[in-house]
Amino acid sequence: MSVTTTGPGTTPGTSPGASSGGSTRFKEWGENLQQLMRSPTFLAGVLIVGFWIFCALFGTLIVPYDPLETDLLSVLEPPSADHWFGADQLGRDVFSRVIVGSRDILTVAPLATLLGTILGTLLGLATGYFRGLVDDVLSRIIDALLSLPTVIVGLVALTALGSSNTTVVFVIAFGFAPIIARTVRSSVLSERELDYVAAARLRRESSLYIMLAEILPNILPPILVEFNVRLGYAIFAVATLSFMGFGIQPPSPDWGLTISDNYGLVGGGYWWTVLYDAIAIASLVVGVNLIADAIQGVLDG
Amino acid sequence: MLSVIVFAGSQLLPGNVGRAILGPLADKRAVDVLNHQLGVDRPVLVQYTDWIVHFVQGDMGMSYTYRHPVTGFVVDAMRNSLKLALVAFVLVVPLSIFGGVWAALHVGRPIDRIITIFGLSTTVLPEFVSGIVLILVFAVWLQWLPISASWPDGAGLFTQIYYLILPSIPLVLVLFGYIARMARAGTVEALDSDYTRTAVLKGLPFPVVIWRHVLRNALLPTITVIATQTGYLIGGLVVVETLFHYQGIGGLIYTAAKSKDFPMLQAGVLSVGIVYMVATLTADILYSVLNPRIRYGAQG
Repeated sequence: MSVTTTGPGTTPGTSPGASSGGSTRFKEWGENLQQLMRSPTFLAGVLIVGFWIFCALFGTLIVPYDPLETDLLSVLEPPSADHWFGADQLGRDVFSRVIVGSRDILTVAPLATLLGTILGTLLGLATGYFRGLVDDVLSRIIDALLSLPTVIVGLVALTALGSSNTTVVFVIAFGFAPIIARTVRSSVLSERELDYVAAARLRRESSLYIMLAEILPNILPPILVEFNVRLGYAIFAVATLSFMGFGIQPPSPDWGLTISDNYGLVGGGYWWTVLYDAIAIASLVVGVNLIADAIQGVLDG
Repeated sequence: MLSVIVFAGSQLLPGNVGRAILGPLADKRAVDVLNHQLGVDRPVLVQYTDWIVHFVQGDMGMSYTYRHPVTGFVVDAMRNSLKLALVAFVLVVPLSIFGGVWAALHVGRPIDRIITIFGLSTTVLPEFVSGIVLILVFAVWLQWLPISASWPDGAGLFTQIYYLILPSIPLVLVLFGYIARMARAGTVEALDSDYTRTAVLKGLPFPVVIWRHVLRNALLPTITVIATQTGYLIGGLVVVETLFHYQGIGGLIYTAAKSKDFPMLQAGVLSVGIVYMVATLTADILYSVLNPRIRYGAQG
């Protein structure tokens, strides 16, 4: 990652003054934020993702039907005034299910990404800072893990552990951690040679302090970008695993799960049971990636 | 290393394999006998050594579900997946390189924005999402293409390709973004270089400059990306093959995972890992063949 921060920590001498350093950094973040607000890509992404977050939080309050309530009289009813997006094979209202279906994926994917980012950051800090044997061993493991597609790793792990929202969070987090660690490690490698780290060492600060209080704040921007990009992949992965039946479990109205339950019906012309869910996933992943792209653009200058 | 992880992964699995096969009502002794026959009552390290030695010799063990050697299934599945992957590659490589170069030649203009945003959006779409939309449009509404990927027995080459077009498009869409982005970045850089300027100033015709000077340099990183995307491609195959009911390696892994057929699962996943490593190695070699600087650098 070639994201260069002209952060205060990189200039020698300012490292002891954490408060003064903080305010300069704060200003820089403010400028970046202003730049983001002017970017149409960013705003479009925020609009889409914001909409789905709203649905996830308040969806159950605004939808016309209970997304889990079956109604034998309206089985596979096409879109109409009663059921805007039609009804599925159990007579459940597709519109309500699509709106509320955002809830599980928007819980699982961000949690998994957050956990993965924290783990990956710690791992990356440790390997980048200590180098040596720890680094070698961990890098080997990371290489081997990276040689398998995430979906397959997830499939094998979830077969072993059994599927639930919690295991999905952990499997994806552990799958992402090495990838994030690699990014963080390369940032740490260039940071650790800088004067402020040497200064901190001369002050006999502990390694833990140097890693967390000195280096970490200076490599936050690439970590932020990584978080955002990974969030996109996490949504991709959760949706895919749910579609395969190894992710979010019934009776959740989750989109991937719904498509998996209903795609056998499309041959019969019951398109409304899957199309709206497909559009929902598509809009969410594109939205998240628009945001990530915009943030990366601003940080790269 | 990879083999250890694959093996360890599936060893975490529910301890009693015999019980899983025979069901909860089976006699305890029958379960023990089966466990012994399958060899799963031995120490883990012994099992691992046994497994990896046989694997290297081409014997991947017995499937729990089919009671047949796994190797045959894996080889057949690999062949099918290769066909699908080949169709996808044949479609995506020229398309995305053309798209990327086209965008680079119009940097900053609307066509560049359109190609870039299109690539960005299709890359992040899960395959089953684009797949289901494609099925709806082309198989259900227009009825141009078959809804399933399994062709009738004894179908000729062209019929097979005809059946594989629709399943390959979701893969094409995901790969398009990556490859086009690399091709675009490489071309933009090459267009900006001194040698291109020299070639233009020499008075060479534009197409010659593009072909001989720009593309040759621009596409080096792209080739690497194409090869490394093989790993992704296999992940994508799991989804696409499930969606289109296709008997490939992805479908095999999926079925094995569903039915907890561990020898099959291990063999499938390890084969995938090996294919991926071979692809990465090929990419490295190809890159050094095409780029003399690296070749000579390594020797000198």
